[in-house]
Amino acid sequence: MKIHEFQAKQLFRQYDIPTPAGDVVFDAARAKEIAAEIGQFPVVVKAQIHAGGRGKGGGVKLAHSFDEVSAHAASIIGMNLVTHQTGPEGRQVRKVLVEAGSNIEKELYLSLVPDRNTACILIIASQAGGMDIEEVAVNTPEQIIQVLVNPLIGIQPFHCRKLAFGLDLPASVVKEFSHMVTRLYQLFVENDCSLVEINPLVITHDNRMLALDAKMDFDDNALFRHKDITAFRDLDEEDPLDVEASRYNLNYIKLDGNVGNMVNGAGLAMAVMDTIKLAGAEPANFLDVGGGATEEMVENGFKIILSDPNVKGILINIFGGILRCDVFAKGVVEAARKTQIKVPVVVRMEGTNVEAGRKILTESGLKLFTAMDMKSAGDMVAEVIR
Amino acid sequence: MSVFINSDTRLLVQGITGREGQFHTRQCAAYGTQVVGGVTPGKGGSLMDDIPVFNGVREAKEKTHANCTMIFVPPPFAADAIMEAADAGIELIVAITEGIPVLDMMRVKHMLKNSGSRLIGPNCPGIISPGQAKIGIMPGQIHKPGGPIGVVSRSGTLTYEVVFQLTGQGIGQTTCIGIGGDPVNGTNFIDCLAAFQNDPETKGIVMVGEIGGNAEEDAAEFIRSNVTKPVIGFIAGVSAPPGRRMGHAGAIISGGSGTASAKIAALKSAGVHVCENLGLMGEMCKDVFDHLV
Repeated sequence: MKIHEFQAKQLFRQYDIPTPAGDVVFDAARAKEIAAEIGQFPVVVKAQIHAGGRGKGGGVKLAHSFDEVSAHAASIIGMNLVTHQTGPEGRQVRKVLVEAGSNIEKELYLSLVPDRNTACILIIASQAGGMDIEEVAVNTPEQIIQVLVNPLIGIQPFHCRKLAFGLDLPASVVKEFSHMVTRLYQLFVENDCSLVEINPLVITHDNRMLALDAKMDFDDNALFRHKDITAFRDLDEEDPLDVEASRYNLNYIKLDGNVGNMVNGAGLAMAVMDTIKLAGAEPANFLDVGGGATEEMVENGFKIILSDPNVKGILINIFGGILRCDVFAKGVVEAARKTQIKVPVVVRMEGTNVEAGRKILTESGLKLFTAMDMKSAGDMVAEVIR
Repeated sequence: MSVFINSDTRLLVQGITGREGQFHTRQCAAYGTQVVGGVTPGKGGSLMDDIPVFNGVREAKEKTHANCTMIFVPPPFAADAIMEAADAGIELIVAITEGIPVLDMMRVKHMLKNSGSRLIGPNCPGIISPGQAKIGIMPGQIHKPGGPIGVVSRSGTLTYEVVFQLTGQGIGQTTCIGIGGDPVNGTNFIDCLAAFQNDPETKGIVMVGEIGGNAEEDAAEFIRSNVTKPVIGFIAGVSAPPGRRMGHAGAIISGGSGTASAKIAALKSAGVHVCENLGLMGEMCKDVFDHLV
């Protein structure tokens, strides 16, 4: 689960990681008040959306007067911000962070992520702050410093020294930097983060460290033990269909194609998407209804798929193991009746009680196409949407 | 022969009295697996069907001589259950539970390094040696005993599809292992490939991967220098968009790494026969493995 920059900075402050003074606002009038509280110019007005590249898209502006603060806030709030991470449709901005501008001496990069291969927490630092770190890694890998921290041991002073000396930091900030990295590590593990990124982390003219930006992502599987973090969820930043699907406990991701599909199991669901593409069509979604898909799940699955107006046909692929095909077929028939499906549906079932299941579909009187194997299912659905 | 389990495997079930635990315990026992005990803290001394239930793994192991455990404990308590099993010296731990926090699994992984236990999973269907033992939630009847193919996969139902097509072609399996869809797991592709390579009855291998991480690329390097048996590979997620978690916690393309195309290229360059269309998996297996059956 992603959170906003202003929320991440709230957490930073709780762990005494220095951030610029400021606050989030929802209108221009309030932006002026925050600028007054900050008490100095320039002030930065930053769009708060769950996507990077906000500056280039016109979502970050510098203000030198109260009038500029309110003018920038007024123009950014409500704008449709398009960045390389939002897709061409962009994202509507509903709030801005108003914060003190800083005197920057040097820009750095710092992040923490779980490393799946070593089961350690990987800390990445670079002198190339403010830039796209993936490009830095490709073009100038010598500018990337990496430190692995074993979670059973936790962060130690030597880890921090390795980062500090690797970054060639001035001696006067090493102590502050080490404290900050230690606190960031604690923030990371105590809140089950899957990403903490500060880009840029700056050294100011008066030799202080300051987190100018803050990006955080959390392990969804650990949210059950972090009610305070869960409260940061912003449904406005999620696709409405994804939100509705999560209400039904369905694993749904909307895509750009026109073939809806419903599958039991995540790996098989991906393979079905691939099959649709191989057949010359485009999947409209990823939808895993789980190993024990009930009639209710199938019905909700249909509802979600059909609320995407691009869907011209549906492919259902079920591998009946523990879930019996006859039970599933009954679910499909009931759900199809209730949701009044107007697009062609191709069903491919295999596994336990498949004969009984196919019979139920055939005798239902519904307009269902039955495919005998996965390849023909893909071909069939590509054909019926033409 | 089989790898990791066989007809002598003596199974415990942690979380045996829960709904899922009960159901799948019965399924495993019906398949012929020796289920010798269960663990549910607080329910020690009771019976699930005729299977004795214990309060802890150490006691259960002492009383039943179990050497394997299957875990159905809910996600908040699953890491603790795995560590309890390792602490009791259980040789093989099969964790079915989906949704364990990554940081919990990271700690488990380091604890297991200093133990004699092997972990399969979590977030996996388990492991089956057809005709000998089923430790997991896979449908037993789609498998065909007698080998000669070993199957290893990150996914559940996708594996069933592959096994179903193998069986449909008359090709049996020695052992099918689901290593799970989480980013941090126990047994990996390389462990399974090495075991299949060393198992005289396994003559060929099917490896099913998916987007996310670089386990398939590492496996490809291992195959290049260590595996002489024919390998068929399949990678799910060619059409998956970057930056989105595709159901499995580990199935995500991030920062340009973990793409299906990179994995397919790595496998091909290591001499793996890559199946590009899952619907044709059975036919490809027949072509590649027919002379082995």
